[in-house]
Amino acid sequence: MTKLTLLQINNLEIEFPSRKSVLRAVDNVSLSLEKGDILGIVGESGAGKSTVGNALIGLLEPPGQMTKGEIFLDGNRIDNLPDSEKQKIRGKKIGMIFQDPLTSLNPLQTIEHQLVETINLHLELGENDARQRAVELLDQVGIPDPDVRVKQYPHQFSGGMRQRVVVALALCAEPNLIIADEPTTALDVSIQAQILDLMRGLCKEKQVGMVIITHDMGVIADITDRVAVMYRGRLVEHGATEKILGNPDHPYTQSLISAVPRPDIKLIRFPKVTYIEDVAEKNTEIDITEHWLGKAREYETAPGPLVELKNISMRFTTKPALLRKNRIFLDAVNNVSLDIHEGEVFGLVGESGSGKSTVARIICGLYTPVSGAINFAGTELTALKKQSDLDPFRKQMQMIFQDPYSSLNPRMRVLDIVAEPILFHQLAETRREVEIIVKDLLEHVGLGAQSAVRYPHEFSGGQRQRISIARALATRPRFLICDEPTSALDVSIQAQILNLLKDLQEELGLTMLFISHDLPVIRQMCDRVGVMKDGFLCEMKETEVLFENPAHEYTQHLLNLMPRLEGLSLEGLDMQPQPNQN
Amino acid sequence: MLAFIFKRLLQSVVVMLTVALIAFALFRYVGDPINNMVGQDTTLEERAELKERLGLNDPFIIQFYRFVRDASVGEFGLSYQHRRPVKELIAERLPATLELALVSAILALAIGIPMGVYTALKRYGFLSRTFMTISLVGVSLPTFLIGILLILFFGVILRWLPTFGRGDIVEIGWWTSGFLTASGLKSLIMPSITLALFQMTLIMRLVRAEMLEVLRADFIKFARARGLPTRAVHFRHALKNTLVPVITITGLQLGSIIAFAIITESVFQWPGMGLLFIQAIGEVDIPVMAAYLVLIAFFFVVINMVVDILYFVVDPRLRVDKALVNGQ
Repeated sequence: MTKLTLLQINNLEIEFPSRKSVLRAVDNVSLSLEKGDILGIVGESGAGKSTVGNALIGLLEPPGQMTKGEIFLDGNRIDNLPDSEKQKIRGKKIGMIFQDPLTSLNPLQTIEHQLVETINLHLELGENDARQRAVELLDQVGIPDPDVRVKQYPHQFSGGMRQRVVVALALCAEPNLIIADEPTTALDVSIQAQILDLMRGLCKEKQVGMVIITHDMGVIADITDRVAVMYRGRLVEHGATEKILGNPDHPYTQSLISAVPRPDIKLIRFPKVTYIEDVAEKNTEIDITEHWLGKAREYETAPGPLVELKNISMRFTTKPALLRKNRIFLDAVNNVSLDIHEGEVFGLVGESGSGKSTVARIICGLYTPVSGAINFAGTELTALKKQSDLDPFRKQMQMIFQDPYSSLNPRMRVLDIVAEPILFHQLAETRREVEIIVKDLLEHVGLGAQSAVRYPHEFSGGQRQRISIARALATRPRFLICDEPTSALDVSIQAQILNLLKDLQEELGLTMLFISHDLPVIRQMCDRVGVMKDGFLCEMKETEVLFENPAHEYTQHLLNLMPRLEGLSLEGLDMQPQPNQN
Repeated sequence: MLAFIFKRLLQSVVVMLTVALIAFALFRYVGDPINNMVGQDTTLEERAELKERLGLNDPFIIQFYRFVRDASVGEFGLSYQHRRPVKELIAERLPATLELALVSAILALAIGIPMGVYTALKRYGFLSRTFMTISLVGVSLPTFLIGILLILFFGVILRWLPTFGRGDIVEIGWWTSGFLTASGLKSLIMPSITLALFQMTLIMRLVRAEMLEVLRADFIKFARARGLPTRAVHFRHALKNTLVPVITITGLQLGSIIAFAIITESVFQWPGMGLLFIQAIGEVDIPVMAAYLVLIAFFFVVINMVVDILYFVVDPRLRVDKALVNGQ
């Protein structure tokens, strides 16, 4: 061997016994990692990838236990050590980085306190030298003014800066192996790029081995040398990153990669993602001329755009005060004008805090803008004062929210959830009729009529998002606002939902406002795009023009940061939708 | 922070004025003050003259102003029953109640917090389950029953502890203390346990719930992943985070220990304010009742102020909130 094997996992098996049965979370997984290499473990939720990470560091959540296999670090077996020995390895030999930087740090202690505590535990440098080292570490991870910042508390740092602090904490004792569990999932793209750069740099420079656990193919393509694909506890494929991404062997990997929204080409549809059980692909076409959803489209088509925003501004008071001059405001939306034409999908893209969701909420009337006007189908909504005047317009626009878990009332049956808007807007004569419509809608979103009697908790995230879509369709809207509809979902589920939205949009001739922070998703979905930053609309263009020739500096910056996914398999993915072989 | 304290002070003043208004209404309109002061044989002229002299014919606002002015220096008039200034009566009784409340609060905290931590860490242990069961009894049994049972067992059957009163007390200036004599301390044991039991179980359950919540937090997992020893993780990182919400409840509970010592004081014939108040109710001694009302409200307001300031000490997120907003 030319390189020393840093980490060797043989036939790892982890089980979670419960009262009724035993769940095998990890099944016969073998992996190895060399010094200075970065190994990615990729998979969707429930694949067991985080469980592998927890097992490596000896922190399996009870009642989980390793039932088989061996883990070697630097040639020494570590999985069978007593707890006190494992604890000595943690931090000193293996460092770990977690997903959410906002909750990974103790909010009541200064950064210095937490760093010094960890440094002294492992290196026993003494108080002053430990402080010195704390400052050096912060400097290494790229925090400006480290000697000032070290005295501050976690909440005084932004999300990206906190993740740097987390990295510094993981590096305290110069471990040989770093396990990063979704290290950038909670961060914006520009921050993600910085953190990944930082981690790759540290890895190569210090010859540290790193295991990155993620569901994000972009991260895998960006940073890893080798990648292991996990599916339901099993390792389905394992090899060099270019090989796996460019020429995957296993059908699951192929399916997974085909579901990744491509940043470089616009596809008409995502190829079938058949490997995931969940739901059948939607197979019923809606004939708009006969179907209930097309009935009573009494809207007159006004000339001009369907939705028009004129100089919309919105500000929130972040610090209230009696005197106006003492108040502090946040200008969430700043003089934004845009128009959305009938039948088009308009995308709004931007990082967190850019005001894109606020725009959506202003359009559907959840917020009243400070200034500016909103026209919908030629009527100025901002001029309507009475609730009852607004209702007919509300009926025409519906919203799909980001979090499928909190946007459905857990105590209502699916039938009642979808029926509620129909009953409110009195779109059906009898209760019986409503029921038929609801079941038909559920059929169309791919859930089946029998799901009507069940409760939301019985469904997975993707299925719940389908319920949300059915509910949004129930008022026969002509304008649909989707606020990050897939950002809480796994990539293959995301592909299914995006396909569904595309189909419905085409069949029903819907106009859509599609909000996302994910540029590739925007490219796949939208006809035109607006780019937002700090409440301003920087650029508004045809999607393809924007992606090929960004004019605004910020758009260029965002596009540069977008993971390229170069060398991604092109098989079966061309501009034509082709069914996958599997 | 100064602005915050100032704001809280202002709110406190409003609360106190409201309570004073209720106390004043009680004093002025429940029954006729004149009737309560004079004998049966006083003539109508004398009554009218007395009414005029006491200012009871003045407009409401002026009377209320006088009440607040006097109350702010502790002047609540004469007790109908004792024919002595209420101020004196309260000053006599206050040390007894405060000493009892203090001991109870310390007991509740000193036993409740460790028990809460223990039951959270050893969630499925035998001892934890025992504590939880006992705590259920503590929450559900009424205070007077616990007091009576204690008296029966330790006072009547075993004859170890005195069953009533404060025992021998030592006078230190206007303050009287039972801390300095053996009989005083002995007398404190049963009433303070009775009073503390409910608070103790409450604090224990609260600490346990909060601790379990905090132990699930990411930063605890991260602390473990850095190799920090279990003890440091539990006590340096978890416990302090647990205490933030516990402080609020504890503050309020301390207020209620003082306010609702009434039952315990009656059971043990403890010569404190609660006993005074109960007797005042029996005798319709309105000035004492009004004074008690205002005083208890004052305690609550002060304790809440202290709790709010403690937040600043414990939680740095509140301290620099302003800087954060400006920085954005």
